[in-house]
Amino acid sequence: MEVLALLIPVALVLGGIGLAAFYWAVRSDQFDDPEGDARRILDDEYDDSPRGD
Amino acid sequence: MTDAYTDAFTDAPSACPACAATPMARRQAAAAAGEAQAGRVMLSLPEIRCAGCISGVEKALAAEPGVRSARVNFTLKRATVETDPGVTPARLVAALDRAGHAAHELDASALSMTETDRAGRDLLMRLAVAGFAAMNVMLLSVAVWSGAADATRDLFHWISAAIAIPAVIFSGRPFYVSAWGALRKGRLNMDVPITLAIVLAVGTSLWETSLSGKHAYFDAAIALVFFLLGGRYLDHRTRAVARSAAEELAALEVPRAWRVAEGREEEVRVGDLAAGDLVRVKPGGRMPVDGEIVAGTSELDRGLLTGETRPVFAGPGQAVSAGEVNLTGPLEVRVTAAGRESSLHRMADLVAVAESAKNRYTSLADRAAGLYAPGVHILSALAGIGWWLYTGDLRLALNIAAAVLIITCPCALGLAVPAVTTAASGRLFRHGLLIKDGTALERLAEVDTVLFDKTGTLTLGTPEVTGLDAHARDDLALARALAEGSAHPLSRALAEAVAAQGIAPVTLEAHREVPGYGAEAIWQGRTVRLGRADWVGAAPGETTAAWLGVEGRAPVAFTFADRLRPGAREAVDGLKAAGLQVALVSGDAAPAVARFAASVGIDDWTAEVLPEGKAARVEALHSGGAKVLFVGDGLNDTAALAAAHASISPATALDAARTASDIVLLGADIAPLAGAVTTARSAVRRIRENFAIATWYNVIAVPIAIAGFATPLAAALAMSASSLTVSLNALRVR
Repeated sequence: MEVLALLIPVALVLGGIGLAAFYWAVRSDQFDDPEGDARRILDDEYDDSPRGD
Repeated sequence: MTDAYTDAFTDAPSACPACAATPMARRQAAAAAGEAQAGRVMLSLPEIRCAGCISGVEKALAAEPGVRSARVNFTLKRATVETDPGVTPARLVAALDRAGHAAHELDASALSMTETDRAGRDLLMRLAVAGFAAMNVMLLSVAVWSGAADATRDLFHWISAAIAIPAVIFSGRPFYVSAWGALRKGRLNMDVPITLAIVLAVGTSLWETSLSGKHAYFDAAIALVFFLLGGRYLDHRTRAVARSAAEELAALEVPRAWRVAEGREEEVRVGDLAAGDLVRVKPGGRMPVDGEIVAGTSELDRGLLTGETRPVFAGPGQAVSAGEVNLTGPLEVRVTAAGRESSLHRMADLVAVAESAKNRYTSLADRAAGLYAPGVHILSALAGIGWWLYTGDLRLALNIAAAVLIITCPCALGLAVPAVTTAASGRLFRHGLLIKDGTALERLAEVDTVLFDKTGTLTLGTPEVTGLDAHARDDLALARALAEGSAHPLSRALAEAVAAQGIAPVTLEAHREVPGYGAEAIWQGRTVRLGRADWVGAAPGETTAAWLGVEGRAPVAFTFADRLRPGAREAVDGLKAAGLQVALVSGDAAPAVARFAASVGIDDWTAEVLPEGKAARVEALHSGGAKVLFVGDGLNDTAALAAAHASISPATALDAARTASDIVLLGADIAPLAGAVTTARSAVRRIRENFAIATWYNVIAVPIAIAGFATPLAAALAMSASSLTVSLNALRVR
């Protein structure tokens, strides 16, 4: 049962990482235009160099 | 940020050396203007469909001088453009038009995107936290259910508490706020039992855990929050989509006017106009204000205000009201009432009063909550008190009271309505119907009578020539020659109809348009005229007509009928097939209404009805026990739209009419109307089924909980199973 001391924090940390990633994704407007993003990926415009803002 | 364009062209050395220089100059200009206040233009892109269009639009916009950045939102079919000061939206629209993309300017102040957005994100974040916590607590609970004992069980309970309590506090906030608001006003809503269940579950579980008891309901508390937030989020999304689409319709009408001051014309916002200002209204433009014509003659289309199809003459000294459309010549209008004072706004105020009547409708969810909330409280309190009196064990009694509250969890009830409305409004949206109001579907399902407006609703409000074959070929050729080159709707319809018959126009001399009267020219040495009856020398008739007069001959009339809206007949037939009474009420003249009613198959029609008359008709039907659906588009319909049990208006309707109605028809085709009633009825049937499912779960589960046999495992199973069943049932909406 000692393995629990390791497994529970590991599970929590992994879940926490997922939550943090989701938080970041919401904050950085990534759910604003789901349909557009699905199509933009097919566009070869910025294949060679990224868009330089 | 003009780089979308710059990159594409500087990467490949282009055939045009000047192209490489212009972006650089532009970048410098942009940097210089950087300190000045930047503008933001929103454009609607209704026809954007392909992946290539996204970069096409962005490039075309970025290529315009003064554009700092352009970003297309494909989901909303909208482009946001950051510009330097002084860049006019009209120029950007023209640039897109040249690139082959249809675009319309949106009034950014009418879009409150950020507001809805923030609330949506807030809910999404709370949902994510609840989901994260629920998953982790469930994992720990599975270990407990499968037999963890003693110290391990206590440890797991404490960890669960450590995860669940902060998560419940954070995620459940919307419920606590709403419950507190209701309690303060002395009412009970669905959120009161939810809050009580969460608080009691967490409280007794904490107490149990501290006494190393067997049962803790942390998982149930957090799962409850998760499912309910899911329902809340669905509800919010449906409404946000509808609101943003409705706002877009309003934003498409940018309220601008041309003010004439000291001999110069300047473009101003309608809100900035004051009484006494002089405004120029161009042909094809809508009157922005109430006023009096000072100079110019023209014809006015009052269809949106009164339902009349026949254009009326307009000359100096005549009063005009906001919403009328100027047809032929430019008019200068002295403003008598603007903004709040104008007739348009007074009508909107009337609507605001009438809308409170609509708000009296209690939704199915509220009715269910009204039965459910007190029932659950009484049941749980009775169970707790009963066990306390019976055993004298307060801890056991509290545990059972909490178990009853959790088992009767309103999860299924909380999902029952939003899951169905989301499915149904999504379905209707794909058919071009926008549901603006939360209870609109339920009210639409109850209607048994449909009242239609004629002009602009069952017709398109554009004229169509009738009986063209009765005319001589020479007359047609002459009429086409006179009608061509005029922007008047009757002239355009006539010219198109003659052209479609393959008759070539004759050659005319000294062709000129006389605003407000018609067109005049010299043909073979004789004066020829096409226009209003009295001007050509004929007696005005009952129907809409343009008269052709040749010097020395009796004038002939070309008669017009309002063009039928596509799908009008199907809509009427479909509604009749669904068992509804269909009637037509119009402000137009009797002969036109009678002919039209016969052509679409409506037997019950009334003509020359005043705006108050339409609302009175709705009220009369209501007091007779009928539930009326009103379909209309004009200012004369707004009172009736607001008074009706449910209301629909086409997207071309006046802003005031769209605001007053529950559902907006986005396309030109009105046929989906019949399907909407069927879908609404099916949606309400599903909602009722969902309530029945939720009730049956309770009927089975509550006695078990009261008897004290409920375990956290049973609670978790009941909750998930009922939520899932209800959601799946919602998808069956047809």
